[in-house]
Amino acid sequence: MKRFWNGYQKAIADDHYFYERSCIRQTFFPGSETAFLKILREELGKDILDNPHQHTCTGIGYHSDVVPFDTTMTVVARLFALMTECGYKNYVPSCVTSFGVFTEVMAKWEEHPELKEKARQYLWDACKREFEVPENVAHPSDIIYKFRHELKPKMKYQLVNRFTGQPLRVVEHIGCHYAKIFTQNGIGNAEFPYVLAGMIEAWGGEVIDYPERRHCCGFGFRQYLVQENRGYSIANTQKKFESMESYEPDFILTNCPGCNMFLDKWQYTIAEMEHKTYDKEGYGIPVLTYEELTGLLLGYDPWSLGLQLHQVQCERLMDKIGIPYNPSEKYIGISGRRHPSPEKPEYLKV
Amino acid sequence: MNKFGFKISTPRSIDLDNGDRRLYDELVATVPSYRYCIGCGGCTATCSAGQFTDFNIRKTHFLFSRRQYDKLSTELLPEADLNKCMLCGKCSLVCPRGVNTRGLIVEMRMLLNNK
Repeated sequence: MKRFWNGYQKAIADDHYFYERSCIRQTFFPGSETAFLKILREELGKDILDNPHQHTCTGIGYHSDVVPFDTTMTVVARLFALMTECGYKNYVPSCVTSFGVFTEVMAKWEEHPELKEKARQYLWDACKREFEVPENVAHPSDIIYKFRHELKPKMKYQLVNRFTGQPLRVVEHIGCHYAKIFTQNGIGNAEFPYVLAGMIEAWGGEVIDYPERRHCCGFGFRQYLVQENRGYSIANTQKKFESMESYEPDFILTNCPGCNMFLDKWQYTIAEMEHKTYDKEGYGIPVLTYEELTGLLLGYDPWSLGLQLHQVQCERLMDKIGIPYNPSEKYIGISGRRHPSPEKPEYLKV
Repeated sequence: MNKFGFKISTPRSIDLDNGDRRLYDELVATVPSYRYCIGCGGCTATCSAGQFTDFNIRKTHFLFSRRQYDKLSTELLPEADLNKCMLCGKCSLVCPRGVNTRGLIVEMRMLLNNK
């Protein structure tokens, strides 16, 4: 029995992480990665390096069939070379797709050592660099999960509805590339995803186990990147929303940039197309990244976490938890300059 | 075309639990050999009406067994228009499973008319 459950655990390094940023998160959820670095450095006292020479992992191009695997291997090898040159051994990719790409490349190298030698040669020919394979690859959500109990005493707020005293009801959604490529790489496997559920339970919330919990968010790369195919993408998202609607979730928590974006933005599109929203009042269900949630509960300023960039607005959720915010500062940037307010959607209330 | 350039795709999966099983059960009760159909299409290949029209007897069987009764009408799916059958009975002669296909058409027409 013990051996059976080993497949649902994973090793997560304790300290000294090499961080790799995501291509798309900095555009859609720009506060999340900064918040993660702050949490690790200031709250947990960990050493994490944010190297300015990093670059894409080719994930989006690779999963859209426009980047060949040899190119992906070489690009991954260059990222590992950066880590090796900086003296780190624990790799932490911010994006779930990057995490999937790294675990896939490493599994290929494990099974076919000649591919690793090929990648070494390509990298040497291209830029005269050498690399070592990381000792540990963990997603940032794994690290937050690992230290969830250490973070709890530092938190100012809990996942409790202050009006009713009841735990907030949360839908958690893990990215497909987190645990569905190599199930042993995800906490709780793909069957019992626990990485986000563990955070929610530790911080006072209640996880909703709805029928389409393990369904894809709808991104699917090729389904979205070709405009004519986007109907498939949004149909998947709609299926999830219809499945979770009756459970009346307070918010959705995800660990993948694509899931975050699509579960958030498609709510607007579905509302415009079918005049349908998935909460009773017509505001939609807020979607948070795990870093945003952690930051909010730790008492970070919601606008510095980038919550104003969400499609479904988070003020009602913050009201429920009791997090104070200043509406007049919502669109003031880091430079102090006031940005124009976004246009209001026709059907989705904001 | 809406402002997004695409629309939400409708799933084409058939959920048998959503259909009305009553008509199907009645058909099986009246023509028990219906259950032996293996969908080989011999009936359609030899169909007299099918030589001159787009009538497809095999398709009518499938639609009925999937409880998609609304498609068994003249306008939605011309090849499933049961009224095109001339009841010649050739299909019954070629059926390798001995299904009473002619009786099946007659019974389906009656059930759908009385629905």
